Amino acid sequence: MFRFLFSRLALLIPTFIGVSIVAFSFIRLLPGDPIMLLAGERGMTEERYQQLQSTMGFDRPLVVQYFNYLLDLLQGDFGTSIVTKRPVLQEFFTLFPATLELSFCAIVLAVVIGVPVGMLAAVRRGSWLDQTIMGSALVGYSMPIFWWGLLLIILFSGVLGWTPVSGRISLLYYFPPVTGFMLIDSLLSGQDGAFKSAASHLILPTVVLATIPLAVIARQTRSAMLEVLGEDYVRTARAKGLPPRRVIGLHALRNALIPVITTIGLQVGVLLAGAILTETIFSWPGIGKWMVDSVFKRDYAVVQGGLLLIAGIIMIVNLIVDVLYGLVNPRIRH
Amino acid sequence: MNTKLTFAAALLAATMLSGAASAKTLVYCSEGSPEGFDPALYTAGTTFDASSKPVYNRLVQFEPGTTNVVPGLAESWEVSDDGLEYTFHLREDVNFHTTDFYTPTRTFNADDVLFSFERQLSEDHPYNAYVEGASWEYFNAMSMPDLLKSIEKVDDMTVKFVLTRPEAPFIANMAMDFASILSKEYADQLSESGSESDLNQKPVGTGPFQFVAYQPDAVIRYQAHPDYWDGKEPIDDLVFAITTDASVRQQKLLAGECHVMPYPNPADIESLKSNDQLTVMQQEGLNVGYLAYNTQQEPFDKVEVRKALNMAINKEAILDAVFQGAGQIAKNPIPPTMWSYNEEIEDDPYDPEAAKQMLEEAGVTDLSMKVWAMPVQRPYNPNARRMAELIQEDFSQIGVDVEIVSYEWGEYLERSKAVDRDGAVLLGWTGDNGDPDNFLAVLLGCDAVGGANRAQWCNEEFNNLVQEAKTLSSQEERADLYEQAQVVFKREAPWATIAHSVVFMPMLKEVTGYKMDPLGGHSFEGVDIAE
Repeated sequence: MFRFLFSRLALLIPTFIGVSIVAFSFIRLLPGDPIMLLAGERGMTEERYQQLQSTMGFDRPLVVQYFNYLLDLLQGDFGTSIVTKRPVLQEFFTLFPATLELSFCAIVLAVVIGVPVGMLAAVRRGSWLDQTIMGSALVGYSMPIFWWGLLLIILFSGVLGWTPVSGRISLLYYFPPVTGFMLIDSLLSGQDGAFKSAASHLILPTVVLATIPLAVIARQTRSAMLEVLGEDYVRTARAKGLPPRRVIGLHALRNALIPVITTIGLQVGVLLAGAILTETIFSWPGIGKWMVDSVFKRDYAVVQGGLLLIAGIIMIVNLIVDVLYGLVNPRIRH
Repeated sequence: MNTKLTFAAALLAATMLSGAASAKTLVYCSEGSPEGFDPALYTAGTTFDASSKPVYNRLVQFEPGTTNVVPGLAESWEVSDDGLEYTFHLREDVNFHTTDFYTPTRTFNADDVLFSFERQLSEDHPYNAYVEGASWEYFNAMSMPDLLKSIEKVDDMTVKFVLTRPEAPFIANMAMDFASILSKEYADQLSESGSESDLNQKPVGTGPFQFVAYQPDAVIRYQAHPDYWDGKEPIDDLVFAITTDASVRQQKLLAGECHVMPYPNPADIESLKSNDQLTVMQQEGLNVGYLAYNTQQEPFDKVEVRKALNMAINKEAILDAVFQGAGQIAKNPIPPTMWSYNEEIEDDPYDPEAAKQMLEEAGVTDLSMKVWAMPVQRPYNPNARRMAELIQEDFSQIGVDVEIVSYEWGEYLERSKAVDRDGAVLLGWTGDNGDPDNFLAVLLGCDAVGGANRAQWCNEEFNNLVQEAKTLSSQEERADLYEQAQVVFKREAPWATIAHSVVFMPMLKEVTGYKMDPLGGHSFEGVDIAE
């Protein structure tokens, strides 16, 4: 197991270097110059332009810029945003807990509903229930997030008035962030109703962000389950006279879960992509919106630093998935 | 520190929760996050709304709702006869904010003025590079380093600015956001504790509201400055709920989660206007969208050709299709809310037949040209591609063939400056300081050819009028010259002036005293909530 872990960890290093090259060059490949964009219609003199170029280090050869960047990275310096003039790492860690909280709730919702629903569809294969579930999953998978979010806001917040429109907590509550996770901070604050308010603000964005992963997980569970249900050992278990609940819940599900866990791991990337839109609609102060704004402003430091940090997180999640996979399926370990 | 903060937070929450009767809170659904809280470091309106407007004052200020300059932290000022020396007499007993993180020991004085400007002017100043990449963009864009010869402290309450040349718009520059006055005492205290960057994150000023807290991308909280020199504000707390999507802002307004929202979707304005819970204020923006011909290239060097093309453009159709009603036809290069706007001028009529004839008379046949379409949305041009297509259609009616071209925004701005540029460029301008010089000299002056003067147009008569106006200090005399300059502009037609945007501000009916800022800012000074 340790060797397995070690080989996985060793793989992270070349991946990380690869990502840093991609992150560094990707934003520079896009046409557009951050300094000219900063000046806008107002423009600036050639002299001033040169001066800013040298202050920001853009006048040096790209290779030199990259190695300087890498050196800074090794010292834990992710650079400073060209736009806000704040350190990238500081901005990232202020905003990241919001994205993490939302993504965590969304993936939990997707798994808690997706897996049982997928199982149900597999067991009742071909029935109206199966068709309804798979039909809804297809609709959910194809849903444009922006439109879906707005639709839910108009219905539940506008017409019915059940949920708040946007934000993380009612503006009535104010406490300095401790963990950055609003559900926890609101409990710690000890203010009456703060937790309830934070939870109610989470409902709609969680549903919107969970929609696509839920559909994918449900479909994946169904197909994995169907495959396993046709296996000999399941037939044997049935023939032995085991109760159907035990056959499906223990013998079939455990094996069907292997591809499902992989899918769940892959959904983390999807979640971060979905977070960009979800965060924009629900004014959720996370890293998705932060990244998009930076791309538009060609804020090199934020885009490359942000990409690197996000890639790092996805790599760690995938590592965890691989380890879990090994636990569920002993064959992988060797 | 932490216990103090928690206590203050609890106190604030308690006052906010204890009901509307004791604390009035106004919630503004702002459209984006501020880049920081030191206005001189930035150029975005969103940043100014959150920093210079609530937290700071300037020596002179814009009278709310107008572009007129009135006393601020300077009670009065004098200009020397040669127009080179501006002496400001400062207001006595002006208090800086007392917050959890700072307690002032003295009131505002000349040291604060010197600090606020010298840090932008002098590279040796300890606060010149206190955040990485500090570039004092607006200070430079308004040519302040060339213009300022020196800033002198005459006595504790008098400051003299000496200029290198007479420049009447200087006084309007002093009302701009970058000229906000910060506390030197606070900055010194931060230097001592090694936390200089807090100047940009925890602002202290003399303004109507004091900063309480900022949660990035979510909420900014302010409370009324209890010792404000112009009297405490009618509301107690001001909250910015950052909401980037316009449809969501609208839903929040309708649900009563905020009192005021900026920038509604143009398509929603009619329904907002018909809602009896809301008031929708409107005003022309301080901007102009135009099509600039290259007047140094054939056949666009001929006035008749430019006039003929102007007459072929159906501006009404553009207003409907591109601005969806949130615009107004432009006849002058400056917007109607600006002083010296010449009402007398008549716009070129829309008359394709006459235009066609004029082109023939000028000996121009089979003309084909390029029209540049901006790749971005701007208030003065929400959809340049569509506008270019409409112009293409209009020009084809008079036999002119148009090819539409576009580039990435930075490239577009750069390439369109070239004197030998091929084609007419769609672009626009949003005013910085409400001074006509900021449009007429910046965009159409001879010095700006090869730069911001996209028409590459240098007309001696026009240029002389505008340059002379710079040297006069009487607004009346200046206005007279600018009005004449607009006549020359219209006669010579270096641009087709297309439109000024119209800005809408929906708010709940109980909000009173809000004044729309022609410069496009959002200020809550004097705003109240009716009970």
